[in-house]
Amino acid sequence: MTEPCIRRFAGTYIHPSSFIVHPCLLLICLVASPALAQEVPPVLSIQAPEQVQVIDAANDGGGALTVLWASSPADGPALRYQILLAEGPGPHDPAAMKVVAEFPSQTHYVREAKYGWWTRPATPEFHHFVVRSGKGIDLKDGTSYAVTVASVQGEARAWAQPVIADPEPNWVNWNQMNNLLLALLFGGVVFASIQVAKRREIFLRRIPGLDAVDEAIGRATELGKPILYLTGAHDMSDPSTIAAAVILGRVARRVASYETELLVPHRDPITMAVCQEITKQSYLEAGKPDAFKEDCNFFITSDQFSYTAAVDGIMLRRKPAANFFMGSYFAESLLLTETGASTGAIQIAGTDSDHQLPFFVTTCDYTLIGEELYAASAYLSREPVQVGTLRGQDIGKAIILGVLAVGILLATAGVVMHADVGWALDLFRDLK
Amino acid sequence: MIFLRRQVPLLITMITGLVFAAQYYVPHPASELLLTSATKWLQIIGGFALVLGVTSLFHVHAVKIRRKEAGWGYSVILYASTLVTIVVGLWASGKEAIDGTMTAFGWIYSFMMVPLQGTMFAILAFFIASAAYRSFRARSREAAVLLVAAVIVMMGRVPLGEYLIPVSGDISQWILNVLNASVRRAILIGVSLGAVALSFKIIFGVERSYLGGGKE
Repeated sequence: MTEPCIRRFAGTYIHPSSFIVHPCLLLICLVASPALAQEVPPVLSIQAPEQVQVIDAANDGGGALTVLWASSPADGPALRYQILLAEGPGPHDPAAMKVVAEFPSQTHYVREAKYGWWTRPATPEFHHFVVRSGKGIDLKDGTSYAVTVASVQGEARAWAQPVIADPEPNWVNWNQMNNLLLALLFGGVVFASIQVAKRREIFLRRIPGLDAVDEAIGRATELGKPILYLTGAHDMSDPSTIAAAVILGRVARRVASYETELLVPHRDPITMAVCQEITKQSYLEAGKPDAFKEDCNFFITSDQFSYTAAVDGIMLRRKPAANFFMGSYFAESLLLTETGASTGAIQIAGTDSDHQLPFFVTTCDYTLIGEELYAASAYLSREPVQVGTLRGQDIGKAIILGVLAVGILLATAGVVMHADVGWALDLFRDLK
Repeated sequence: MIFLRRQVPLLITMITGLVFAAQYYVPHPASELLLTSATKWLQIIGGFALVLGVTSLFHVHAVKIRRKEAGWGYSVILYASTLVTIVVGLWASGKEAIDGTMTAFGWIYSFMMVPLQGTMFAILAFFIASAAYRSFRARSREAAVLLVAAVIVMMGRVPLGEYLIPVSGDISQWILNVLNASVRRAILIGVSLGAVALSFKIIFGVERSYLGGGKE
């Protein structure tokens, strides 16, 4: 609702009461020079925002309200919008409400917000703003708030009727349902692939880094030197550490059968405890329980460079014949592998830390790149269940590649043929 | 016994795995509270696990000292420095400074730990140089490609290089933004799918070797 008689007059905001002007002043104005009369700009009108809606912000933990209003033909650089807020159901005078945000009118469209098409609260052309707790605002769940939007041009303001809404927490984030759907679809593909792998053999391409595991262990046995195995910088909550621990089990079984010494220094005590159990079981399965040493897994420190210095020291003193670097790594990667290379050890790395891959590739004899770390367990064991998982991953990648190809073709065709394919690209963006 | 050693851990893994996977889709404060509580529990367990770690560390070095193994003197230094730091830390209530005055604990951290860490990190520059020297010798076609790409990127990233070869900046940016970024993203897609598949295998008990062994 526009407040009546709000006008911009010679750049000055004039309240309705100010129109009661003394007759003498009016007379002076009338008899003043014509030039003065010409300098007065034309009276501008300002439109209040229309179709203002205020709703509880969906898919959140509470403490937020979503404000929606229709875009206006007057939207442009000169026009700005203000979001006004007051606690309680009211009635509230918009002029006295707190301004919680102000922004140019050609921003904050629904189409710019990260909504999927299935959760979009209004058409993409609507304006959209989320009032959240923080920075002087405290929205309490279950409390009513009056919210409205004001159009501002220069000193003039026009506002819509305040709308009452209550913020509430939600139990489901529907914005992330695409993620859940894709995860379930991928899970289904993985388990279907496992069933297929149980019925027939699946081809696995050669991974030289894993083929070299036997070679490395054999070399260490021949030289009578130990094998050093690192599980990375993260703890057991990280999939790369779990993958490293699983590979350790396979490596330890072969190490046990050759009765070679195994050294596994750790940065995390829980990972150490888990790896102790894995190693013990591997020695049992290899039929060499007596060869198992409890302290082959040992803790050094959680500190990054102290750990690096200690492992470098072990490399230089014990001169292991084979070094395995599995899991996640940071700046210590090159310090470890370069020291290992200087001792002449055969080095095999496997990491999902893409930023450290160049260092591993340049200093190690073999490197398992990214997903090969997760494939190692299946490759070494050749169990149908594990191999089936790999096939599932490949199908997942094929689907992603297919979607990428379709998206590229659509975007290119849209540009070349001047066709409107925005809806299709939006669909891809929403589903990603 | 097998039930306690195998089925119960698998059941706990499955339930907690499913609950915390679902937690990602539930924005309600109760869900956040559950995650916060679990994180605190993990921190508490981690604190107790540190006892395991320190015990392991002391045991390994005690054996070294007893057997007078090579470098056993370093083990004595480790014992001494650990004990001194613990005593000094308890004396200072774990604070590095009290009323603006540095405590002995703070001194150990600022003038021993930080310089030592800085020294280790600084060594990285020399290691990069030696690794680069070995890798960039154009002994194979792949190494030659690596060498050429590295030279272009290096020239494009320093002012002198861009002054000598003006186009190197643009080519360097193209290599980083197109070739490098696309390969990194491809690796990340593979890594993400691998991690999700591994998580599925663990939650549903397909992958059990992390429990300590393979088949029953």
